[in-house]
Amino acid sequence: MAGGGETPYIGAMFPGAAEAALESPARLSVSRLALTRFRSYDSARLEADGRPVVLFGENGAGKTNLLEALSFLAPGRGLRRARLAECDRVGGAGPWGVAATVEGPRGPVRLGTGREEGEERRQVRVDGAAAKSQAALAEHVNVVWLTPQMDGLFREGAGNRRRFLDRLVFGFDPEHAQRVAIYDNAMRERARLLKEGAGDPAWLAALEDRMARYGVAIAAARRDVAQRLDAACATAAGPFPRARLAAAGTVESFLAEGPALEAEDRVRAGLAASRRQDAETGGAALGPHRSDLLVSDARGLPAAQGSTGEQKALLVAIVLAHARLQAQLRGATPLLLLDEIAAHLDATRRAALFDALLALDAQAWLTGTDAALFAPLGGAAQFVRVADGTLIPQ
Amino acid sequence: MSDLERLVQLLSKLPGLGPRSGRRAALALLKRRETLLEPLAAALAAAARNIRACSECGNLDTTDPCSICADARRDPGLLCVVEDVADLWAIERTKSFAGRYHVLGGTLSAIDGVGPDELRIPKLVERARGAREVVIALNATVEGQTTAHYVAERLGETGASVTRLAHGVPVGGELDYLDEGTLAAALKARRPL
Repeated sequence: MAGGGETPYIGAMFPGAAEAALESPARLSVSRLALTRFRSYDSARLEADGRPVVLFGENGAGKTNLLEALSFLAPGRGLRRARLAECDRVGGAGPWGVAATVEGPRGPVRLGTGREEGEERRQVRVDGAAAKSQAALAEHVNVVWLTPQMDGLFREGAGNRRRFLDRLVFGFDPEHAQRVAIYDNAMRERARLLKEGAGDPAWLAALEDRMARYGVAIAAARRDVAQRLDAACATAAGPFPRARLAAAGTVESFLAEGPALEAEDRVRAGLAASRRQDAETGGAALGPHRSDLLVSDARGLPAAQGSTGEQKALLVAIVLAHARLQAQLRGATPLLLLDEIAAHLDATRRAALFDALLALDAQAWLTGTDAALFAPLGGAAQFVRVADGTLIPQ
Repeated sequence: MSDLERLVQLLSKLPGLGPRSGRRAALALLKRRETLLEPLAAALAAAARNIRACSECGNLDTTDPCSICADARRDPGLLCVVEDVADLWAIERTKSFAGRYHVLGGTLSAIDGVGPDELRIPKLVERARGAREVVIALNATVEGQTTAHYVAERLGETGASVTRLAHGVPVGGELDYLDEGTLAAALKARRPL
């Protein structure tokens, strides 16, 4: 969808859902990975099958770097939100690249991404052909990650939670990435006009129209996925806590109160009314860029108030529910990147997590300093030792 | 820089060409000096000397106003707004538009510093005051549609009726191959048979 004058959230929210439900879900897995001049790796290759991959090695060996490389198989700035050139190998002779063969429900696809000299944007190739934008990746791969930095997700600002939710949405609706990019671009254009002074009212209205149409579509997708995840969490069994989720924000409440077209009108009107204020703040007073993902436990207690371990368990519960839902609705599980996942989980939950990953039949990439923590996985996983920028399959 | 390097460098700047294809083009020209290089040089010199943007509509022609604006048989009450001269040519190839044009020369972009004045919008508004209908034929891209929205709003004061090209099923197209956005637009814009 090129995003013409029509409302951008027509089209099936879950393409292929009906067919997928008839077949057993396929696994999404990386069968071949090649890193070139990527952070601590000069040139590293890894072949894998569909089983979970355990990466173990000392601190600083490059385990998280490898997960970061995998996270670039999805649109966005990766799990460290790094600037493009930051991923170049120090002292390396050129820009970085990550190439992977990904096995999915539609057969294998070769994905390549990286920095190119003279290009500001991350370059993407699908089966050897240059893609117009990173959004093309979302058509093929969905990647969800949990890192130690996300331990504070529920206590931090809404931005990180929003991005977390967006990644979950990409898995159901690849066009979401494109819409967010279009929305952000319109918002930047509007901010630029407002900053430059009076601004042409008709030009502002044209940008606000774009923000309203795409903004409501973004909020609707987030709201829908949050509701589905909430329902999926409610039916989950096992030692992980039941997470309650809701996408919250002005646009989301417009959608709760009336039809989408009405919500668009309200966003348009709201933006038009806030021009003066927005000129001062440099932002936009309302829109999905201000939304939040609210998470609470079974008793309705906000997640931020739980212990560190409970917060981690809630996150794991959400990620597992998401993977299950994806398998059901899209016929493919996402790639799961679980960095230092064992850290805050007790032995019972650790075992339950391993069982859940095996039951999902998902290719999860797990890291830890000690291979022994993952011993319960045994032959159901492939173990790779990471040392000094080299990968040694065990 | 040698003459040859300069030639290669300039050719590489053409759309679709890079350094490698620039070198190839330069060699091809030099190998066919009489049949290609010299006629091309003469044609380029003539184009640089004679071709101007029409001060009325922005079309490229050897006369100003251009041959379309000067053609008395073309309806001055019907204007078609296009992004680029290439789009004007595309519509001319259909031989089904008998009005005149207005070439914007791009789309609005605050970040690139392209505003209404760069797109000759004030001139369009002035021309539209004397027109009956303005057809907005901008690309169905996000930037094209934002610009279309803006143009339509600005033309509101002129009294001309503002229309836009239909979005829908291409002639000879099969529904099964259409994207959902286009098909939904086509459904919305259905007409009695």
